[in-house]
Amino acid sequence: MSIWQYANPKKFMVLSTGVLPWAAGLTVILLVVGLVWGFFFTPDDYKQGSTVKIIYLHVPSAMMAINTWVMMLATSLIWIVRRHHVSALAAKAAAPVGLTFTLIALATGALWGQPMWGTWWAWDPRLTSFLILTLFYFGYMALWAAIEDPDTAADLTSILCLVGSVFALLSRYAVNFWNQGLHQGATLSLDKEENISDVFWVPLLVCIAGFVLLFVTMVLLRTRTEIRARRLKALLARERVA
Amino acid sequence: MLSLSNLAVARGGVTVLRGLTLAVLPGQALILRGPNGSGKTTLLRTLAGLQPPAEGTCDLPADSVAYAAHADGLKSTLTVAENLSFWSRIYGGPAIDRAVGALNLTQLARRRAGELSAGQKRRLGLARLLVTGRPAWLLDEPTVSLDAASVALFAAVVRDHLGAGGLAVIATHVDLGLPEATILDLDPYRARVIQSTGFDEAFA
Amino acid sequence: MKALLLRDLALAFRSGGGFGLGLAFFFLLSVLVPLGVGPEGGTLGRIAPGILWVGALLACLLSLDRIFALDFEDGSLDLLATAPIPLEAVVAIKALAHWLVTGLPLTLIAPGLGVFLNLPPGGHQWLVLSLLLGTPALSVIGAFGAALTVGLRRGGLLLSLLVLPLYVPTLIFGGEVVRRGAEGMALGTPLALLAAISLGAAALLPFAAASAIRVNLR
Repeated sequence: MSIWQYANPKKFMVLSTGVLPWAAGLTVILLVVGLVWGFFFTPDDYKQGSTVKIIYLHVPSAMMAINTWVMMLATSLIWIVRRHHVSALAAKAAAPVGLTFTLIALATGALWGQPMWGTWWAWDPRLTSFLILTLFYFGYMALWAAIEDPDTAADLTSILCLVGSVFALLSRYAVNFWNQGLHQGATLSLDKEENISDVFWVPLLVCIAGFVLLFVTMVLLRTRTEIRARRLKALLARERVA
Repeated sequence: MLSLSNLAVARGGVTVLRGLTLAVLPGQALILRGPNGSGKTTLLRTLAGLQPPAEGTCDLPADSVAYAAHADGLKSTLTVAENLSFWSRIYGGPAIDRAVGALNLTQLARRRAGELSAGQKRRLGLARLLVTGRPAWLLDEPTVSLDAASVALFAAVVRDHLGAGGLAVIATHVDLGLPEATILDLDPYRARVIQSTGFDEAFA
Repeated sequence: MKALLLRDLALAFRSGGGFGLGLAFFFLLSVLVPLGVGPEGGTLGRIAPGILWVGALLACLLSLDRIFALDFEDGSLDLLATAPIPLEAVVAIKALAHWLVTGLPLTLIAPGLGVFLNLPPGGHQWLVLSLLLGTPALSVIGAFGAALTVGLRRGGLLLSLLVLPLYVPTLIFGGEVVRRGAEGMALGTPLALLAAISLGAAALLPFAAASAIRVNLR
């Protein structure tokens, strides 16, 4: 028994059939609890008023926008090294999810920025980095869409993901260097005391957990769709040859 | 020498040929026969190392291969001599004079490749084989657009090559006039049912 | 390898095409920007570093798809892949040839266009130096993008989509060098980082590009 057995599509389908309802159910519960709690049962910030509540969408989606790319990098590496097709398909399935998170983070940020900074958009390092991340997601998805042969597409997108990750990091530093920025520092971090009070912190954690599970649910669902599409293709190919 | 053992080749994720076990020794030529789409080009590309075998092994040192595909790899703005000497220098092969003479290109040496007729281009593409100085020729439909005289010229070139200890694998429909060559009909090796080798089959 | 470089240069010069086109584009852009922005010298001088770098970048982008596509179409790439030269070296040489016919001429005409755009006098030497150090990265990154899209029928637009995000760090540091140079500020850090990107890209990307080509030839 090793973890790699789940790289077999059939095993993966069986496993995900079992996991999916739980993941989906928990996602709904956590998001409903977290968002309702956050939106209606937390006090307004003394400076920012109720606009502060957008963090319950903004922070988790921004975190997941980056984590999704990291997950795609990991699955691309697994594909390159071990050539498990489910891994490549999972990376393909995750890209639109990550793009959506990135767009949510950008949109909620703009909504918050308008009353707070007085502008929808500023060329701030964090904002700019996210814009660049959006471009990377678009490029990655476009490359998948452009190539017909699935193995070729998996190989090339994996290479792009690897190289893209290096350049995304470089861009992050370049952008930091270029403009010191308007955006506040990270709200949450592991190594320093949270600069956020518990009243906001607990519902935020619930929302983050909800977004993580939302990501898991979406990626499982989309990977299953990709696997089914491949199965269909394989059956058609067999029909044609037979 | 070239040796294949239980080789299967795939095109677009579908296995097209399987179970090829054979050897071609120096001085021998193998002619591949089979209808369009039977996998001749795929097989040659696999032999050339451009794509991996679907299964089995293909034993042919990568530095002995000279591959000639449908496209001749010619630059239309370079002259015949320039095209040839480029490939000669890339492969570290012999000077181009003999190749130019052998395929009757001497008159054309200063012409631009773009000004040649289809058959003349093809002769130039085949002359490239001579300047690579490599022993294993893999030829995909080498006689397309050649006239009868040029086919004979080409057969003589191949015979010389075999005589010098080279080998050749040729996919062709035309009778080259090489009676000593072994003819391999690919039909028995065609994969009619996809076997459970590829990933997609794990789904079906 | 020298043969390959010489052949690519000869092809570029004989067919005209990409070589002259990039330069003409760069020139036109530098003429059009003042027409659009207005003749006010201060404004032009302030945006000149960015405009010149963006212009050089786009001019580079124009001819990227020719790096491998022509060789792919006429079968040369198949033959090069089976030739004794490692494919990584083929990529590096082709990127070098691309730089010699686009990046280098762009660098050489840039000071003249800087005058059009009212670039402050202190900026000219840094403009040339930053382009000299930065445009090789543009060519190598572009060669990588071209390798990814070589098998595609309409790869040109996709190539731009893939390559532009990769150009971001080069553009930022390149523009920063010229901006700081024009304002007389210290510019050692962005200059060093720009050189680092070029060197790093030239050292590593040929491997990624060669593996992409192998996949595409399969």
